[in-house]
This record gives sequence, structure tokens and C-alpha cells, in this order.
Amino acid sequence: MAETETLSGTELFERIRAIVVEKLGVNADVVTPEASFQEDLGADSLDTVELVMAVEEAFDLQIPDEAAEGLTTVASVLAYVEAQTKA
Amino acid sequence: MTVESPVALVTGASRGIGRSIAEAFAASGYRVALNYAQSEASAAEVVAGICSRGGDARAFRADVSSAADVTTLFGEVLTWTGQRLDVLVNNAGLTRDGLLARLSEEAWDTVLDTNLKGAFLCSKAAARPMLRQRSGCILNISSIVGLDGQLGQASYAASKAGLVGLTAALAKELASRNIRVNAVAPGFIDSDMTQALDEPLRRAMLERIPLSRFGEPSEVADLCVFLAARAPYVTGQVIRVDGGLHL
Repeated sequence: MAETETLSGTELFERIRAIVVEKLGVNADVVTPEASFQEDLGADSLDTVELVMAVEEAFDLQIPDEAAEGLTTVASVLAYVEAQTKA
Repeated sequence: MTVESPVALVTGASRGIGRSIAEAFAASGYRVALNYAQSEASAAEVVAGICSRGGDARAFRADVSSAADVTTLFGEVLTWTGQRLDVLVNNAGLTRDGLLARLSEEAWDTVLDTNLKGAFLCSKAAARPMLRQRSGCILNISSIVGLDGQLGQASYAASKAGLVGLTAALAKELASRNIRVNAVAPGFIDSDMTQALDEPLRRAMLERIPLSRFGEPSEVADLCVFLAARAPYVTGQVIRVDGGLHL
């Protein structure tokens, strides 16, 4: 069970990383969980909006505006998607 | 008309200037989504007219002042167009005139909700496909009343001035993604709204218009098509269509 969760967590991270790489045009190796989109990955505020849109489409989610504002790092997106897809 | 044809959504398109705008985009090769709030029969008539001339159009009911309605509207329109939206024309508008001392809170809210909040809600929904496309054009139908004011039209003037601010803010915010936002400010145009004015006021206005006539809805519509299709370097502008009334 624990192993399955770890695995799916890794898969999730890889999928999110791929979205970030595509949207922000950065190298995969800088997309670490701690990375902040605006401070570390050079995103402007519209980039983060588009990133959230891409995550919504990739995982078939609707992320409310209030929640979207808190999604500023790779880890926060990971945690949000994990919570939503488990529910 | 092909699936590659650009798509325009016009709110409040069953009558008046909105109808003319929808017809002008259709005549210029756009697939046109017409929004209407109540006039289903008129909207169907506009659609039938466009289709009989070889165009492609469909009518969608929604009250643009309702966030839930706008969400449904964009869901339906984007399904119809295959997620494409090139032009949004925020035209839906109404008046509830009255002198300030007699202007009710309800009348104020109704006008601001439809004319200004409606444009905000539709622009927000349109930004999504336009950001994805990295292109788009939003046109806000303001009014000279929003620039010059008009006795007895405080709510209408405030809503139309609000559209000028919305235009400038969104033009700055969305420019980096090649989404242009402009406003058109009609003067006295022959439509249901101006035909409701009393005759002495109509005559008084005519005397002040340098071109000595009221405008035609098509003259507003043609500018909208020009701004959308032929003016790729124009954004954040408010353009008067008023026969020189401001001079």
C-alpha cells in the first residue's frame, strides 16, 4: 500500500514536472518540489494562471480561484492534485 | 465556412447594435455565437438570416450578469466551436434611467450587473481559450455617455465608463499573450434604445451632431470587425462612433 502511494506520488510529480517544463520552458532538473514558479522558475503572474489551467486540463480538475492563488510552488500543486484525485 | 473559420461570440445579439455586429462578423467569414437573454425568437431570426446567406451561427441563451449562466454559456459555445474563440464582443446592455434623486438601488444594480459585471464575467471566461491560443480580441461596447455623461443616466454612464477602465486594464494584462482589448463608444445610433427617447430630445440631439444624422448599427458593427480583423497593433483604445458629437 505504502509502496503504491509512493509510486503514484512519483508518477504525479513527473506529470506535473512535464507540465511545468512545457509551460515555462525550463529544464526538468530545475523543477524541484521546493521550486517557486515566480521566484525560481522565472514565471510571470500570467504564466502561473496558465499553469493552473494546464493542471486542470491534465487532471480533469476545476481549481477554484481561492485555491489557485495558493499554488505557488511545485510542491503545493503536487499536494493539491494529490488531495483532489484521492477524494 | 469551415472548421478553421475564426469564431466570434457577441453578447446581447438578438437586437439593435449587437444584432448588427453578429451579422457583420458572419458576413466577414466568422462563425458567430449569438447570446441573448430573453428574445429567443429574435435571436433565432438573426441566426436564420445568417445561415440563409451561407454563414454559420447559433444562438445561446444566458443572462450575462449571472456567473452560473456565463459558465454554462462558454461551456456550450466552446463545445460548438471545438474550444476556439477568437473574438468576444461584450455588447449586452440595458438602461434604467432616472434622475439621481429618484434612482433606485435596484435600478443601479441591474444596470451595473448587466453592463459591467457581465463584461467582466464574459472576459474572464473568454481569457481561458484565448490564453491557450495565444491570440484573441475582446471588444467592449461602451458609449459616449460613459465618456461625456448624460442627464438622467447616472447608472448607464457609470457602467459604460467602467467598461473604459476594464478595457485599459485588460489590454495591459493580456497584451503579452497577443490578446487585444478595445472599446467602441457609439453616439446616437438608430436602435430600440434611442427610439425610446422622446421626440424633442431626439431633435435636440440631431442639431448637435456635426454629421446631422443618427448613426446606423452597421456603422458600429463595421468598426468592430475592423478592430478584430484588421487592426493587429491597436489595443487599449476607446473609439467614438458618434458623427462628430464630441467636437
